[in-house]
Formats: sequence, structure tokens, C-alpha cells
Amino acid sequence: MGFFIEVVLGGLMAGVLYSLVALGFVLIFKASGVFNFAQGAMVLFAALTLVRLMELLKSTFSPFLIALVLTIGVMIALAWIIERLVLRPLVNQPGISLFMATLGISYVLDGFGQAVWGSDVYMLDVGIPKRPIMLFESMVPGGVLVPSEDLVAAVIASLLVAGLGLFFQKTRIGRALRAVADDHQAAQSVGIPLNYIWVIVWSVAGLVALVAGIVWGSKLGVQFSLGLVALKALPVLILGGFESILGAVVGGLIIGVGEKLSEVYLGPLVGGGIENWFAYVLALAFLLIRPEGLFGERHIDRV
Amino acid sequence: MFYREAGQFKTTYGADQAVFPIRQDQVFVAIWLAIGFFLVPLISSEYLLRAILIPFLILALAALGLNLLVGYCGQLSLGTGGFMAVGAYAAYNLCVRIPALNPLVAFLLAGGVATLVGIAFGIPSLRIKGYYLAVATLAAQFFLDWVFSRVAWFTNNTPSGSISAPPVTLFQFAFDTPVRKYLLCLAFLVLFAVVAKNLVRGRIGRAWMATRDMDVAAEIIGIRPMYAKLSAFAVSSFFIGVAGGLWAFIHLGSWEPLAFDVNRSFSILFMVIIGGLGSILGSFLGAAFITVLPLLLNQLPQWLSVPISTAMISHLEAMIFGSLIVFFLIVEPLGLARLWRIAKEKLRLWPFPY
Repeated sequence: MGFFIEVVLGGLMAGVLYSLVALGFVLIFKASGVFNFAQGAMVLFAALTLVRLMELLKSTFSPFLIALVLTIGVMIALAWIIERLVLRPLVNQPGISLFMATLGISYVLDGFGQAVWGSDVYMLDVGIPKRPIMLFESMVPGGVLVPSEDLVAAVIASLLVAGLGLFFQKTRIGRALRAVADDHQAAQSVGIPLNYIWVIVWSVAGLVALVAGIVWGSKLGVQFSLGLVALKALPVLILGGFESILGAVVGGLIIGVGEKLSEVYLGPLVGGGIENWFAYVLALAFLLIRPEGLFGERHIDRV
Repeated sequence: MFYREAGQFKTTYGADQAVFPIRQDQVFVAIWLAIGFFLVPLISSEYLLRAILIPFLILALAALGLNLLVGYCGQLSLGTGGFMAVGAYAAYNLCVRIPALNPLVAFLLAGGVATLVGIAFGIPSLRIKGYYLAVATLAAQFFLDWVFSRVAWFTNNTPSGSISAPPVTLFQFAFDTPVRKYLLCLAFLVLFAVVAKNLVRGRIGRAWMATRDMDVAAEIIGIRPMYAKLSAFAVSSFFIGVAGGLWAFIHLGSWEPLAFDVNRSFSILFMVIIGGLGSILGSFLGAAFITVLPLLLNQLPQWLSVPISTAMISHLEAMIFGSLIVFFLIVEPLGLARLWRIAKEKLRLWPFPY
């Protein structure tokens, strides 16, 4: 029983990490209808920038804080550049062109990040404790072992989601973002500047990527494969629905738990290594029941 | 004046409905076929054939198949690499388990196997649309990757997972030199291009295009969406499966599951988009562009004799490749095929003012 709980908790923690990446996708899709495949590359780029800046600023009083501020600046600049050079010329193009364009962006970001910052494996240490801790010792014999870095990650993710929720519900810009998400033309006609909104939303997605990069990076080390977490986030996305922040979170948790449980209980039966596709098949099975994901908007087709 | 169709009168319905009703197109295609079948084998070096032309032909076949699905039927698929792998492994297993079977026949049968797999993974498209479907096809990609790397039966219990293809022969005639391989691939491509061209201008192609443009409306005017979508998946997977078999047997010779990973899917999707969605010619142009571009980028520093490290070259290559894709999408969102169409329009008058 203790082992089962441990697996489920491990799955929940992993799920939180997937949600962190999926959140970036959802934000951009909501506001601009772009399926941003470059989110994984943005995670890698943000983490690389942060870790290398921290190395450069080693002698200052607080390398992490300064590097963090600088990286945030870099991500905002990146959002601005992407909006200027890619999104603005591609306004009103079909979604598939925009999707391919973000694939192009991800190539550029991967190449640029590694050309500038190097392509080795970097250790990111931002002071997240790594010692595992025991939980529920009184309830379950043997207790449940939980890595404390995963707990910290879960706390960070929940803070981020709460923050984003407040931002979207309470602030003026957040409301504008929701208006744009609902209807581009209507938003524009009441005077919401679309281009400005896009820069903001890509910046926010960049910041989410940075947070995801910090959490993932301190877990796995900052390296090229970090960009591949995007592929892990896609099933989360279709499971939760492209338009829903809540969906990204719930979807992430379901995928995380499902993946860990299948790995432990199903994997040995079929030869292991199933974590690459199990999440996708799980999400696919959900989709057959609800084609727009758990929390996605149901679209009504009119002729 | 070079592309003026004035004076070409059609006196029969047959002439009017020909694949290439305009004489300039007929001449143009004939010239290209002559170049492809006679001139290129005579003048090309072995390197050119092996490194550029053979991959180009095979990937053009795969792009053609994907274009039928994405460009004509509007179903976005990211599982191309997986379906190519199905073709490759099916052809290999057919050859190994039925020694009497000719590999060329095995390619077609492998295409049939890929068709079945394609239909199976196409079934979700009846419920799911757009990006949801794109991600769902990624499920096919990762699942097939896993099957071929983990299930030993498919690799004939090879311990390393790497496979060597048997030689391809036909009536004692071995396709072993680059020129012969090239001609074989070209013959396959031409055959399938003719099939594709005729499919898309017939009843089934129109059903696909109606489904692409608006599936609800198509359903209302009497097109069965299930039939249209699944047939698009079937035909497309057949093309891609045959291309996978050729890629493995003719181009690679021996391969590992990694040869058909998700990057292969993306690169073929790039070909279709850069070339032009919903255009047969576009598939060829896109395949040529995406095949040649990385080679050029790779060679460029050598020609300019700029000393940079190989790692740096690969990063720069990725950057330039990505920016060029974005650039092309911005400049010509409808693809290279559209440029050709514009050129034809201009050539009607040029060099005269009117």
C-alpha cells in the first residue's frame, strides 16, 4: 500500500511538472490561436540563459537573482522579437502555417541557445533541497518516500497557477487577454491592441517556460533533452483541452499518475519503455469520449 | 507567350479532361521525364545520386502521400515517420519470412500493411479534429517507434535492433548500383505521381477536398465523412509505406528504429508545407528544397573556408534552417508550387507587354 501511494504521489509530482510546460502552450493558444511548438525550445533556452548567466555573474552578491532578472528580460525581448518578425507578418494565415512557423522558431532557438551558451550539460543549483522526506509514517507501514525537490516543484507550480489565475481574473491586462481569447475581432473593435496583447502573452509564456526550465533543469540538469519535455506536455494538452488552464493542471496530474502507474504495473509485462507513448494513448482514449478534451471549449460547426 | 494556351482547341471530351490539357505542360513534363530517365543517369556522379537524388525521390514519394492526407483531405498528421517504419519493417519481414517473395512485390504488400495501420490510426479522425488530431497521430508515431525497437519479432530477433535489408532484384537484374537504384526509385515515383494526380481529380479527390474545406458542409451534400477521411488515411499510408520500404531497402540498406523517428515526420511535413499544400508538384519542390538545403548549409563553411567547429556548424545549420522555414512561410504561405503558378501567369505575356 505504501508503495502504491508512493507511485501515485510520484505521478502527481511528475504531472505537476508536465502541467508547467503545458501551461505555456495553453496561454499562447488561448490568446492567439497558435499551437506553439516552440514552447519546449523556450524552456531549454530560458534554462540555458539562466544557468550560464549565473556562471558569468558568480562573483556578484546574488548570482541567482541578477541572472533571473536578466533572463526575464531576455524572455520578454524574445517575445517581442517573435511577435515582430514571425507573428505579425503571418496574421490571418491558416493555423497550420503558424504551427510550422513555431516549429521553425524552435529550430532557431535550439540552435541559437546552444551556439551562444554551449551544448554541454549544466547543473542548475538554485537551492532547492534534494533530500527525500518521509510522509504518512503513522498511517502507512514503512512510510512514503517523497523527493523534496518534487514537493518544492509542486508548490511553485501551484503558486504559478494561482498567480496566473489572479492575473487573468483581476487585472486589466488579464481581462484584455481573455477578451482576445474569446474573439479577436470583437476585442479589437473595443480598442484592445492585438499586437501588444500578443507580446504580453508570449512574454508570460516565456516566464512560464523559465519557471519550468528552473524546475526541470534542477531536476535533470540543463541540456538539449530539456527541449523534449514539450513532447511530454502534448498529451496533457489534448487531455485537458487546448483552451483551459485548469485543464492543463488536471490533465497533467492524470497523465503523470497514469504514466507512473503504467510504468510500474504494466511496463514489466510488455518489456518496459512504454512511458514514451502511454501518455499519448491514454489521452487518445479520453479524446474518443470527449473530442475537445476535458475542459476544452465545445465548438459548434455552422455551415 | 511561352505559356499561352490560345489556339489549342479541344474537340473531344477526352482531350479536355486529359491530365495535362495544355500543350506546354505536356512538353514540360516530357522534358522533365527525359531529363530524369536519360540525362541524369548519364551525367550524374555516384555521390550526387546516392546523397541527393535517391533520398530526394523517396522523400518526394512520402511527401506526396502526406500531401494527399494533409493538403487534400485536411487531416493534419505527425505520424509519417511511424508509417514509413511500418512499410520498412513490413517489407523486411515479408522478405525474411517468405524467401520466395520478390522485394519489389514486398514493397507493395508492405504498403498494404501500412494502409491497414494507417486506417487503424485514422479512426480517431472521425471524432477528433485539427490540432487534437495532430497530437493523436503523434501517438501513432511514438507507439510504432516503441513497437519496432522493443518487440524482437519485428527485427527478426536481431540483438542490436539494427537490420540489414536483402538485395533488391528483378528477374536476375540486381538493383545494386546507384544508377539502377535511382531509376527504380524514379519509376516508383512517376507511377505513384500518376496515380495521385488521377485520384485527386476524380470523385475521391473531390470528396477529400470538400471534407478539407468544410467537413460539415461536405457531409450535408452527401459525402460520407468516414469514407472520405479513412480513404485519405489509407491511400496516404500506402504511399508512405512504400516510401518507407524504399527508404530502408534502397537508400539506407541497413537501419535502426531511429531512422524513422519523429524528426522524419516533421521534415516530411515541412516538405509538404514549403512545397505547397494540395499540390502534387509542390510535394516534389518541397522535397527537393528540404533535401538539398541541409547539404548546402553543411557544405557552405567549407566553400567559404571559414574555420568553425562541427558543433557550431550544426547549431548554425539548425538556426538557418529554422529561419528559412519561417521566411518562406511569411513570403509565400501557399508554398513553392504557388510561385510556379505565378510564373506561369507571367509567362503568358512575357516578354511582350500585352
